[in-house]
Amino acid sequence: MADPMKIRAQLKGDIAEIRVLMGHAMETGQRKDAAGKAIPPHFIQSMTVEVGGKKVVDGQIGTSVSRNPVFGFKVKGAKVGDKVVVSWVDNKGDKRTDQVAVA
Amino acid sequence: MKYRIAVLAALTAAWTGPVLAQAKDPTIAGIEKYREMLGDDNPAELYEARGEQLWKKKAGPKNASLEQCDLGLGPGVVKGAYVQTPRYYADADRVMDMETRINWCRMNLQGVSEADIRKRPFGSADKPSEIEDLLTYVVTASKGMKMNVPTDHPKEREAFQLGQAVFHMRAGPYDFSCATCHGEDNLRIRLQELPNLTKAEDAKRAYVGWPAYRVSTSRVHTMQWRINDCFRQQRLPEPRYMSEAVNAVITYMAQTGNGAEYKGPALKR
Repeated sequence: MADPMKIRAQLKGDIAEIRVLMGHAMETGQRKDAAGKAIPPHFIQSMTVEVGGKKVVDGQIGTSVSRNPVFGFKVKGAKVGDKVVVSWVDNKGDKRTDQVAVA
Repeated sequence: MKYRIAVLAALTAAWTGPVLAQAKDPTIAGIEKYREMLGDDNPAELYEARGEQLWKKKAGPKNASLEQCDLGLGPGVVKGAYVQTPRYYADADRVMDMETRINWCRMNLQGVSEADIRKRPFGSADKPSEIEDLLTYVVTASKGMKMNVPTDHPKEREAFQLGQAVFHMRAGPYDFSCATCHGEDNLRIRLQELPNLTKAEDAKRAYVGWPAYRVSTSRVHTMQWRINDCFRQQRLPEPRYMSEAVNAVITYMAQTGNGAEYKGPALKR
């Protein structure tokens, strides 16, 4: 079970600044362990962000992204109290969804 | 005429030389820009969240949580405790840094054996150790507060002096001491400017940057780890975890750099 995400959504004017911190190993599959065996790839493949029920990001990410990645977005037209829902799915089928209200 | 121009050029060089040296080193400016870009988003928050759960969870042979742990401000007070360590704890009759103190609580409240605590103090990116999670939780609760390390107790003064002595003790195959790299201004190792930890100004800046999440290792490193790694770089044997000597060095640094605002777990390259 993956760690919960940390999501911050702050309204500045009519633009919501959203910052998401995900806890994930993001293994590329290129590293080897102490015994010399390849560590199998394990990374987030897709992520979506919804603000106020509207999908604003539907993205694919890959192995070039670091462990425990942080993403930032600016979304126009959000209001205080709008629900921000972030989801990801990794290559092993693990998934995680967390949400926060725009403050 | 030619001669005159040469003289003029030499004069100009003499004049601009020191001025240029005073201007900001572009390498250091670049590092500062990188740090600024990293900003406030710190994966240490993941450690903090796990640490809070661990703190409140009943565990160990005595099936107790750490919520009654006295970090120096009374049982259960976490907020502001970190900025007042290392300090003398009467119940243990020694000066401890926060890491040692939390482990002391794990031993005394939860009944975890010392051997278990020493087994794996420093974790990996895949599997952080419990003390790394717990410590990150405790230090984050003091974010934004002023370092106010007590210095009045005789044992606290003694620890400072011992720490200062260890800091300046030259040993090992390279005859290094901590002061070899951290006892002078403006020294650098590769791209990192090294703080002169014998000076309050530099010690302030350095001390509040620990514990820290390192992007290059993808994990939180504790202050005990940091000191151990310095000894490794001096080619000295690894100090015993939570030893009096390491606690003394931390006390020396903390007291030298007292008064700065604690910024919470830092984010480093």
